[in-house]
Amino acid sequence: MLTILFDGIAYGMLLFVLACGLSVTLGLMNFINLAHGAFAMAGGYCTVILVNRIGVPFALGLPLAFVVTAALGALFERTLYVHVYARSPLDQVLFTMGLVFMSVAAVDYVMGSSQQFVIIPKALQGQFIVFGVGMSKYRLLIILICGLLTLALQLIVAKTRFGSRLRAAVDDQRVARGLGINVGAVFAVTFAFGSGLAGLGGALGAEILGLDPTFPLKYMIYFLIVVTVGGTSSITGPFLASILLGIADVAGKYYVPRLGAFVIYTIMIVVLILRPQGLFARNLAR
Amino acid sequence: MPILETIGLEKRFGGIAAAHDISLAIEKGARHALIGPNGAGKTTVINLLTGVLRPTSGRILLAGNDITALLPHQRVRLGMARTFQINQLFLELSPLETIGLAVAERLGLGNDWWRLMGGKAVLAREIAEVLERFRLADVMHERTAILPYGKQRLLEIALAFACRPQVLLLDEPAAGVPEAERQELLATIEALPEEVTVLLIEHDMDLVFSFADHVSVLVNGGLLGDGGPEEVARDPRVKAVYLGEQLDA
Amino acid sequence: MTAMPAVADEVAAYLARRARWSPLEVAFWVFVFATIWLFPGQYLIMKDTAILALFALSLDLILGYAGVISLGQAAFFGLAGYFAGLVAKYGLINEPVIALICSGLVAAALGFVTSFLVLRGSDLTRLMVTLGVSLMLGELANRYSNITGGADGLQGVTIAPVLGLFGFDLYGHNGYVYCLIVLFVCFLLARRIVYSPFGLSLRSLKGNALRASAVGIPVERRLVAIYTISAAFAGIAGALLTQTTAFCSLDVFSLDRSADLLLVLIIGGTGYLYGGLIGALIYKFLQDWIASLTPQYWQFWIGLMLVVIVLVGRERVEGWARAARVAIGRLGARVVSRPAAVGAPPDGR
Repeated sequence: MLTILFDGIAYGMLLFVLACGLSVTLGLMNFINLAHGAFAMAGGYCTVILVNRIGVPFALGLPLAFVVTAALGALFERTLYVHVYARSPLDQVLFTMGLVFMSVAAVDYVMGSSQQFVIIPKALQGQFIVFGVGMSKYRLLIILICGLLTLALQLIVAKTRFGSRLRAAVDDQRVARGLGINVGAVFAVTFAFGSGLAGLGGALGAEILGLDPTFPLKYMIYFLIVVTVGGTSSITGPFLASILLGIADVAGKYYVPRLGAFVIYTIMIVVLILRPQGLFARNLAR
Repeated sequence: MPILETIGLEKRFGGIAAAHDISLAIEKGARHALIGPNGAGKTTVINLLTGVLRPTSGRILLAGNDITALLPHQRVRLGMARTFQINQLFLELSPLETIGLAVAERLGLGNDWWRLMGGKAVLAREIAEVLERFRLADVMHERTAILPYGKQRLLEIALAFACRPQVLLLDEPAAGVPEAERQELLATIEALPEEVTVLLIEHDMDLVFSFADHVSVLVNGGLLGDGGPEEVARDPRVKAVYLGEQLDA
Repeated sequence: MTAMPAVADEVAAYLARRARWSPLEVAFWVFVFATIWLFPGQYLIMKDTAILALFALSLDLILGYAGVISLGQAAFFGLAGYFAGLVAKYGLINEPVIALICSGLVAAALGFVTSFLVLRGSDLTRLMVTLGVSLMLGELANRYSNITGGADGLQGVTIAPVLGLFGFDLYGHNGYVYCLIVLFVCFLLARRIVYSPFGLSLRSLKGNALRASAVGIPVERRLVAIYTISAAFAGIAGALLTQTTAFCSLDVFSLDRSADLLLVLIIGGTGYLYGGLIGALIYKFLQDWIASLTPQYWQFWIGLMLVVIVLVGRERVEGWARAARVAIGRLGARVVSRPAAVGAPPDGR
């Protein structure tokens, strides 16, 4: 059972890194970016190409995935997304879904439709046995990296000037602008950063989640659940939600395999009914 | 028996009492005005009466029936209708369709998904009556969004009237209406049938004194004065509130 | 105070007139049924178009008339599709028409049960919830692959002849006629609903739900009603697909289907009943054409279309489409010299 807990936590933290960009984008710009998963996919494929085909070491492949995807995010944000910020939710959904379809088809065309695996260095294969509990080394790495990232994010948001600008802009855009905060720049940087994180998550997660052109479609609902349950006005909200969902999903699939995925969908719907702003969100009138 | 009565009505938001101890008794056929400075809580009172807000405590009686727990649309069915300070209209529908909505609903046809609307003659007659009374017959086919503001305001009241209410709550009906179209509006309000009881929220003192037979003054969520228009006008407390407000403004 | 007879007459005349069939509408349906004889080699794609049209009609009812945004129509489509397949496979209901009606009822039941999810919350919540339900059903279908056939799809479905007389053949003639008749019947029903007092009250929900309740309309009850009806229509479309192809697979629940539906309604327009049908026609035509150019990556072009439409501005595109319809309508009216045409929706937009 502890293994399941361990796996669930690893899965949850991975989900968090993948989804937190989406959460911030939604909270900050009130923008539903269903194409978020496409950035994760991009990061995954980027690492696959770098590590498998070009022979870049794994330790370098991960940060490069971040950088490349962040750059991609910045590019898309400035050229495409910026035109759609003010649109209705339906328009945003249609737009980002269109992007998803395009990216899925494009990746299928370029890379083929089979599942890809990142070649993991020998050191990370296998597991430690601690007190009789099997802990996969790779998952341990995930927990480590994601944990550090979460702490770093929390620090940035809470302690730095950028972080306070971000929080101000999330709270009330108009007032933030009135205070002289360059909200557009905050958007761009945040979007790029969030996409980069997604890319990193995609690279890290290729081993666990599976990487193929349908990744954005498959996992979109998971990201949406994290954002729904965790709310969009904090870092801790989605974090806790991800952990909860990670454990619920892994445990559900183990103990009640028939209904495994069903469990998290039900949680999402129940939360949406009871608290439309998320389980952990502050009571904001949005 | 008063047609509309509130007993100790109170609404708190957190620690703030937007309305406290509101006790009104309005007789059938009355023309009752509710006045007070901005932010006094007049719209809160209307929202409480119509069910948009739940009272923290107190009761509301319509024709003797306790309606405190009823939903807005249920209160309409029992005979209470309201207008909004800022027009709440169906911009894509025409006045004919808008009035038709209310009349069909009132005639109990709202659930009828099979019968075509042309089927019932009484529907057309009633719609025509309301359109005529509110001088909307000439624009009945136009899209509401393109109507001049005065006509929209008339439609706003017509829509509430089409529900054939016993009690009609008018929330600042003259607000924002240009001078040229005011007379039409005021004349229409004057011409409302005697059986309909009217509770009017207004800032416009001319309208209040020419129209109302009874005035209540609301200040900071509480009733200050209550009585005939001349009485209230002479009341020194009321004067202080209004004059005081003017000095601050 | 009674109204002058002139006004009352005018109102009565308008009410009677608005539901009358315009010549353009009649011509449209004559043409549609004529395709049975006009294009004998194209039954399969025309059948697909008819099913898509019915599916789009179901979304139009809630989106175009009641203003409810939903990405979850696929849930009803798929549920009814599997239901129809399963009852046929296990011989529970042999007559296809009865199975069709039952599938519609099953979908309606799901619609009714999930309707409370779309009652509250913002548009965003509605989108996510409806999407969630649809994906969830897809996941369920995947899990219970021993019943549904999983990724391979439902195998071994045989559909008995309709009314014991008209079997479904390879050429698709009977299948197409069947679908057309069902589409027409459902359309008639929808038309009746839309021009009724109930239908008018739906448009008030879309316009201003606050005022609707202030006028005595039980907003939630109406939304539940139309959502349930719409689910039934979507379910019938799904069951039609299963019955005419003797097959049902997981992609009935896919996001693609819901996205395609929105695209169809953007192309065709919402709020005047024919949007789904015309949109489906244009969409299928486009798909056929593009598929002949690049068979595998149709999804890419859909995505591109969505992105471009949004960037250009959905309202602008819809405005062009509306202008085109009005122009065609006026042309039709001048040809037959009658006032209201199908291009101009009842509210004179």
